[in-house]
Amino acid sequence: MVQINLPQNSKVEKGKFFKDKTGSKNIRKVNIYRWDPSTGENPRIDTYEVDMDNCPSKVLDLLNKIKNEIDPSIAYRRSCAHGVCGSCAMNMDGKNGLACTKPHSEIKGDINIYPLPHLRVLKDLIGDLSTLYKQYESVEPWLKTTLKTEKENIQSKEDRAKLDGLYECIMCACCSTSCPSYWWNGDKYLGPAVLLQAYRWIIDSRDEDRKERLKKVADELKLYRCHTIMNCTNACPKGLNPAKAIASIKKMLATS
Amino acid sequence: MKSYKIIDHEYDVVVLGAGGSGLRAAVGLSEAGLKTACVSKVFPTRSHTSAAQGGISAALGNMGEDDWRWHMYDTVKGADWLGDQDCIEYLCKEAPRAVLELEKYGVPFSRTEDGKIYQRPFGGMTKNYGNEPVQRTCAAADRTGHAILHTLYGQALKHKTEFFIEYFALDLLMKDGQCKGLIAWNLNDGTIHRFRSHITIIATGGYGKVYYSATSAHTCTGDGNAMVLRAGLPLQDMEFVQFHPTGIYGHGTLISEGVRGEGGYLVNSKGERFMERYAPKAKDLASRDVVSRSIAVEINEGRGVGNEKDHVHLHLNHLDPKVIEERLPGISESSRLFANVDVTKEPIPVVPTVHYNMGGIPTNYKAEVLTLNGSEKTVPGLMAIGEAACVSVHGANRLGSNSLIDLVVFGRAAAKRAAELVKPGTPHEEISQSETDKCLERFDRLRNASGTNNTADLRLAMQKTMQSKCAVFRTEKTLKEGVNEIRKPFEGMDDLSVKDKSLIFNTDLVETLEFDNLIRQAITTMDSAYHRKESRGAHAREDFPKRNDEKFMQHTLSWCDGKKTKIDYRPVHRSTLSNDVQYFPPQERVY
Repeated sequence: MVQINLPQNSKVEKGKFFKDKTGSKNIRKVNIYRWDPSTGENPRIDTYEVDMDNCPSKVLDLLNKIKNEIDPSIAYRRSCAHGVCGSCAMNMDGKNGLACTKPHSEIKGDINIYPLPHLRVLKDLIGDLSTLYKQYESVEPWLKTTLKTEKENIQSKEDRAKLDGLYECIMCACCSTSCPSYWWNGDKYLGPAVLLQAYRWIIDSRDEDRKERLKKVADELKLYRCHTIMNCTNACPKGLNPAKAIASIKKMLATS
Repeated sequence: MKSYKIIDHEYDVVVLGAGGSGLRAAVGLSEAGLKTACVSKVFPTRSHTSAAQGGISAALGNMGEDDWRWHMYDTVKGADWLGDQDCIEYLCKEAPRAVLELEKYGVPFSRTEDGKIYQRPFGGMTKNYGNEPVQRTCAAADRTGHAILHTLYGQALKHKTEFFIEYFALDLLMKDGQCKGLIAWNLNDGTIHRFRSHITIIATGGYGKVYYSATSAHTCTGDGNAMVLRAGLPLQDMEFVQFHPTGIYGHGTLISEGVRGEGGYLVNSKGERFMERYAPKAKDLASRDVVSRSIAVEINEGRGVGNEKDHVHLHLNHLDPKVIEERLPGISESSRLFANVDVTKEPIPVVPTVHYNMGGIPTNYKAEVLTLNGSEKTVPGLMAIGEAACVSVHGANRLGSNSLIDLVVFGRAAAKRAAELVKPGTPHEEISQSETDKCLERFDRLRNASGTNNTADLRLAMQKTMQSKCAVFRTEKTLKEGVNEIRKPFEGMDDLSVKDKSLIFNTDLVETLEFDNLIRQAITTMDSAYHRKESRGAHAREDFPKRNDEKFMQHTLSWCDGKKTKIDYRPVHRSTLSNDVQYFPPQERVY
């Protein structure tokens, strides 16, 4: 019988405790995954007591407060702070989302913050998305047209509406990193984020490469590892529906 | 600095920044066969171009008659005659072609009934030299920047641009007044990279984060601007900071001017549409500086809304919910998330919020960086584009939707000029080791700073000073206080504390380097504002309420070496590029 254990160096240990120094009566405990590759130490969970009387509403505000006032060493990605750049995707209270749009009031009890699941961690809450980016590149996300006129392509309102729910994707990776199929076969299965992008180009009426695009994704591993678990659609912080996009690709393949 | 591992690269051209302008330049450079590197501190689609909402201006005439000359007049007037008209001519003339190119790249523009690119009205965009509003702003719903940025990244992938992602640029490599490349720190593995290039194109965006409340992203720290200052070169027109009239009260999130373009309007506590008083003709679609000042006056005179009477309301609840759903879905989402407002039922609480820097690195219309040495001259090997640059097409105030078009027109212009200047594969000169040492000495000093002042505290002090002393309205008194006060956070760096000493994703150090960049720009902004004793565009002096063309129809140039600044001026270009259009002489600016 094989004994399956985590490698010694990936066991998450109990970390430091940062006690509140403000004397606030409204304290919440925030547990954050920490790992610094340069120390050779195991990952740990640091706990911070945070004064919630002086903290704006989102999880990102909470992280910023900790970084600014308690512990500047904590590392996470962030930029636009209003849900359009996709930098601050992480796992909060067991669910993937954008820290900048997730209200901490929605979380009961201690607030647990981890990196997106099943990514190689680079440091603390920063995951390695390079595989996903390479997969994105593989679907050739650019318009293929031979139109040579000076004018724009004409696209009807109806055809343009087919891109709604697709082009808004901010590639935060919340969906792909919530997908069990992507956890197991992330190197070969394209995953919901990239398949949604693939469909965005397949369905664009201006694109002349639909057949080839479909052929390229029609693959046991690239596409059909999707088992309609629907975690992707539940996870999307933009309210998009990658599962439906994937189903549409499968349907197009089945009927073409 | 033997302790740092340095990796050398050689490229024909290095583009610093991967937002709209950087990506458009990179695409053009790759097309021209130049070996190009694109270096960015964030993954390209995380750049702040993604936050642009309302649209991109171009006189396509899809919604009725339009002419690029009208667009040019509007831009000159919007700029309050501080823009260089040769550059503005280039921008407006090239704009339609640039938008059609984006469409061919795949940007999912909204469409008209006959399938053409949809265009909406925007502030200051008019017909026939200042008459009724024209629909000139091409839109992809209210996510135009996002759509353009993602499409341009796709084009860069198509052209196999080489990216260096999550590399933080430290300094330019200069030799005898010429730029020879740059040094960057790879956050992924902690190594230092030295890029040698014949041309370096700075596309690092604005520096909105010198203010406390800004629509800008956390990463809008103007790193390229600060690198230029450290290289001993000047920045231009830094006093001109645009306050967007409608940032969400308390949070700062942008609410697009497209809302007013689609028929939204502002009201005060009396329920009055006050813009009718300030801009009888254009009303809510006057240019941004005018609307922001009007809101500030309403609030100052006690007609603000809310408990503190410190903001106003933006109504769009009278619009057809279908129009809102189709054309303004993004701001509906933002209003719900950050103001807890259902825009189909309630008004959005808004307040003027720092949004855009008209100032930046001085360039000509070919994107070549300028300096002043007796007269205007170019800096060989250095270009700047996008919000980082001050071409100057926006002068004292940018019109909404003129920023996205600036990115692609001058991104392309830079690539075109670089292709003229550089023969692919030209060998590189040796650069003295002292340039690298100087750069790494600063890096190492900040990394190992073990004093008592946190970066976050110094940054907050800077932001609060800028917010209170260099706001919508300015006076001699506030600016003089500001000039003194803004130097204190800089002095605070003498006793700085950086807790994280590591090299991989050391965001404590990144933010410290960003602060070092921000504070230099804050100082030049404050000093430039202090010295401009007139009111023009976004620079409103209560003690000098009139524009003074005789003395100040000039660009401010400011050099900054730590706390010390030097201010000089260069005349605004008073001619056009061609005979296709006449020079527009200064007029009184009324909307």
